[in-house]
Amino acid sequence: MVPLLAIQDLHFARGDRPILSGFNLVQQRGQHLLLLGPSGSGKSTLISLIAGLLTPGSGTILLDGQPMPATARARDDLRRRRIAIIFQSLRLVSALSLRANLELAARLAGQPEAAISPLLEQLGLERRAGAKPRELSQGEAQRAAIARALVARPALLLADEPTSALDDRNADMVGRLLVESAAETGASLLVATHDSRLAAHIPTTIRLSA
Amino acid sequence: MIRLALAYLKDRALVTGFSIALIALGVASLAVLLLVTSQLERRFARDSAGIDLVVGAKGSPLQLILSSVYHADTPTGNVPLASLELLRHDPGVARAVPLALGDSFRGARLVGTEPAFLEIHGAKLAQGRMFAAPGEAVLGSEAATQTGLALGDMFSGAHGVGADGSAHDRSPLLVVGVLKPTGAVTDRLVLTPVESIWAMHGIPAPGGKQADTHKDHALLDPRDGPEAEITAILVSYRNVMAAMRLPSAINRETALQAASPAAETARLLSLFGAALDGARLFAWLVAITGLLSVFVVLLSAATAREGDMALLRVMGASRAEAAGTVLLEGVLIAAAGAVLGLLAGHALLALGAGLFPTLVAVGIGPWLLHPGELAIAATVPGLGIAASLVPALRVYRTDLAETLARGS
Repeated sequence: MVPLLAIQDLHFARGDRPILSGFNLVQQRGQHLLLLGPSGSGKSTLISLIAGLLTPGSGTILLDGQPMPATARARDDLRRRRIAIIFQSLRLVSALSLRANLELAARLAGQPEAAISPLLEQLGLERRAGAKPRELSQGEAQRAAIARALVARPALLLADEPTSALDDRNADMVGRLLVESAAETGASLLVATHDSRLAAHIPTTIRLSA
Repeated sequence: MIRLALAYLKDRALVTGFSIALIALGVASLAVLLLVTSQLERRFARDSAGIDLVVGAKGSPLQLILSSVYHADTPTGNVPLASLELLRHDPGVARAVPLALGDSFRGARLVGTEPAFLEIHGAKLAQGRMFAAPGEAVLGSEAATQTGLALGDMFSGAHGVGADGSAHDRSPLLVVGVLKPTGAVTDRLVLTPVESIWAMHGIPAPGGKQADTHKDHALLDPRDGPEAEITAILVSYRNVMAAMRLPSAINRETALQAASPAAETARLLSLFGAALDGARLFAWLVAITGLLSVFVVLLSAATAREGDMALLRVMGASRAEAAGTVLLEGVLIAAAGAVLGLLAGHALLALGAGLFPTLVAVGIGPWLLHPGELAIAATVPGLGIAASLVPALRVYRTDLAETLARGS
């Protein structure tokens, strides 16, 4: 069976400084993975490479057995329909309310807006739907980012340091909701973080060193 | 993406409102200038159509034209009735229509004339019939509304062209007809035979005897006693030769003055031309200042919202879509400024017309549209695109991975 994500002998450097050297990874459908490593270990770079935001020096990234598209337009399309990303601080579009953010994400992904209300309810945000991002607490904002990513019904949900700025209670809640919501929508999770608290929710861990 | 652009505009409503207000101010000024000049030019052209020359008493030629063609100033004086017959016998004159001016009723000017006056302006009767005898009057459509007169009503004209002149109680006039609206000067006038005006002043028509107490009236010459005179003569040429010969002959060889409506109108407009050009330039400067504010605001917004744009890209929006929101904001601000400015221009004219009836009298229609407004409505949003092009390019060229590395 073709894995959801297969990375073979991936190399990436910034100038003369190698960031990733011969990195390999296989992720099956429905599988959740935790990429654990300190700052500078190349976690965020790997997320950007998988999302098609960076081009590798060498090696291959196969999603559903297909290599990363060569054109920017095709990579935009891939992010619309197959991949969603959650960041530590870039969570929502600032001028839009939470609901409007989700509507925009659904429209860009070509997904029905009917899924928005159940998702907000599932993440405990139904009463905050009309709030602007600046009116949300840290925990609410990160849950909102999960909702924004999942409303696009991605096959692969990438998360870059999703809990780093959160206290233990919120980090635990976000970790649990990430896994539950991904399972609910059928997405596979690949979480890059230095926060080992997430290992309680995603036991399959790949360690990266600086 | 239009919802996103609108959301960004709403998110910084004060700055957006300021930019829109600046553009609207410039556009409103441009619209007022455009509407006033075009409507005046059109009104001047329409009211003077069919009149090649005006003959009247010596004085300011512009005053003669304003009072006799546009009915917007006091007459220069009177001319002997005999001059009408002289002109009518000139082979170069196709038509000579007398005017007896200087009286009014409830602010509407009384014009002693002949039915041919209506032919010049293409006026048609809406009710009743044309005046056929002294003591009968026909009302222009606006004059009927202004005076409140209707068919069969009797009224006495007042001395002077203002609304506060003393009444000529003798020889009241009977309304026998009301004209259809034409949009020309006839709409605002009350027309009656020249003999009616003479009778109101007690001046005997050739063959009759009457007296008037208003010794200062333009129709009277105090040195000679009451005598039938007229105020001006509207002349249409029979041929081009007449245009070359008549004005100079009249001005040189008689005590009369001949003035060309076309020449005097052109002179009047050229007097205002430099001032209008200056005002137009200033209006454009205000509008451009508004567009510059759009440029500055969007450039700063493009920097401030790098993260938002990166997130949009991550969500699958293309570079063009992300940059398009910035471009759209510029267009929306400029379009809102243009539309509001055009509306404000008309509203200002309406306010002006309400405060200063003279504007209505000279033919300013506050709600009449001009094709030039469409040009403004198209140009300003185009300039809005130009103002937002650099900020949009900045968003377009943003290095996504670098922004994410900085902001994530």
